Amino acid sequence: MLIHPFEENPVHCRLMLLSIPLLNRGAGGSRPPSTALNMSLENTAAPQPPTDFVRLEARGLSCVRNERTLFGDLSFSVGSGQVLQVEGPNGSGKTSLLRILCGLSLPESGVVHWDGAPIQDVRSEYGQALAYVGHRHGVKGELTAIENLAFGYALTGGQPALRPSEAMARLGLEGLEDVPCRSLSEGQRRRAGLARLLVGQYHLWILDEPFTALDRAGIAAMETLVREHTARGGMVVLTTHQNLHLEGCALTRIGLPR
Amino acid sequence: MSVAAGLTGFTAVVRRDLVLYFRRRSEIANPLLFFVMVVTLFPLGVGPEPDRLASVAPGVVWVAALLAAMLSLETIFRSDFDDGSLEQLVISPQPLSLLVLAKVLAHWVVSGLPLVVLGPFLGGALFLPAKAMWTLVLTLALGTPVLSLVGAIGVALVVGLRRGGVLLSLLVLPLYVPVLVFGASAVHTAASGLPVGGPLALLGAMLALAVTLGPPATAAALRISLS
Repeated sequence: MLIHPFEENPVHCRLMLLSIPLLNRGAGGSRPPSTALNMSLENTAAPQPPTDFVRLEARGLSCVRNERTLFGDLSFSVGSGQVLQVEGPNGSGKTSLLRILCGLSLPESGVVHWDGAPIQDVRSEYGQALAYVGHRHGVKGELTAIENLAFGYALTGGQPALRPSEAMARLGLEGLEDVPCRSLSEGQRRRAGLARLLVGQYHLWILDEPFTALDRAGIAAMETLVREHTARGGMVVLTTHQNLHLEGCALTRIGLPR
Repeated sequence: MSVAAGLTGFTAVVRRDLVLYFRRRSEIANPLLFFVMVVTLFPLGVGPEPDRLASVAPGVVWVAALLAAMLSLETIFRSDFDDGSLEQLVISPQPLSLLVLAKVLAHWVVSGLPLVVLGPFLGGALFLPAKAMWTLVLTLALGTPVLSLVGAIGVALVVGLRRGGVLLSLLVLPLYVPVLVFGASAVHTAASGLPVGGPLALLGAMLALAVTLGPPATAAALRISLS
């Protein structure tokens, strides 16, 4: 059902040099939050295959932790070629939101839709399309980066993209193929975790503070990867406190209140 | 999700876990050492008379195997939980029950299978009659996978807690009792020269039940622990 967008027209992303505030909170729920973005997609001249309209949609999400409401009635929508940056102070529920989007935890109310269906109903398709790199990035210390990447790819079982060694090279980990990740530095382990994004063809990247522990070159490399991914029609949801340099991407920000 | 893709995930998990267990051998050797030590210390405690030892041998070997299995339980999911690999398993498109079964299988190969292999040697050290040896091996071969599968449910439930060790024992030990009862009684029966079909069949039934119902329960427990 889900066809990956990687061979498709990269132009439409560039045509959307706009940043649309998608935060549609509180009483304004009558208007579908994604109207503006849908229109801009329809305005692009090039005919788009229907898979380009695969969307990640959050409808009326709310999250309660320790009897405190972190956010309520949060709705937004992410389409192909778009980057959604979740902002907010520490403890505002950014990670909770990403975990809800991944399907790891359930929202107090609301649903997350992938391609028009709740993610719990399309777990298999969604799992193939989704790559999640969280705070704990899932890198096994006893395994080398190559082994970690090969396993990460085997687990999703979709179409291969880059070979593990190539993915490592993209993140500046050349020459560290045989080193157990335990002996790598924190930043290098983070890079190894992020390299997983490149070994399979994942439509949606969900990244929780991907720039933590990365040096300047690492951040730049990561920003390039995000740009390339969206140019291919992929979508990215990320949290960061950094100012992103994502020229040419349709960047949307939503802010979570304290 | 096709069957082939499901098998890819299954074999990938088994292979990775076996490599991981091999690279941290000491963690998995500890319960085995415990098993051997408990059984070999018994003659020092109760006295070296062959008759007395032979009469307690089935129970001693089985109790030690059960405790050793419980000691090693936490290694099934602990490190995966700590480094975030468990989240990757849960969000992967593969059926989580199948991945759980793969993890339990790998865990049994390194923690249960050695018990099966060591069992007859330790039985011999306790003067267990030779005619009961095969029954001991069979009961361990049928029983230890049940211990791993049932234990996995408990570990999945407590893996998110910082001090889940005591809770784990309380949760899992009552479920282990039937395995202990039928395992030890089968060996006793065999040592007396009586047919052992009944208890072995019951152990087999427990294994069938644990293989089919354990992984889905573990998968559900993991989702709860992670949310």
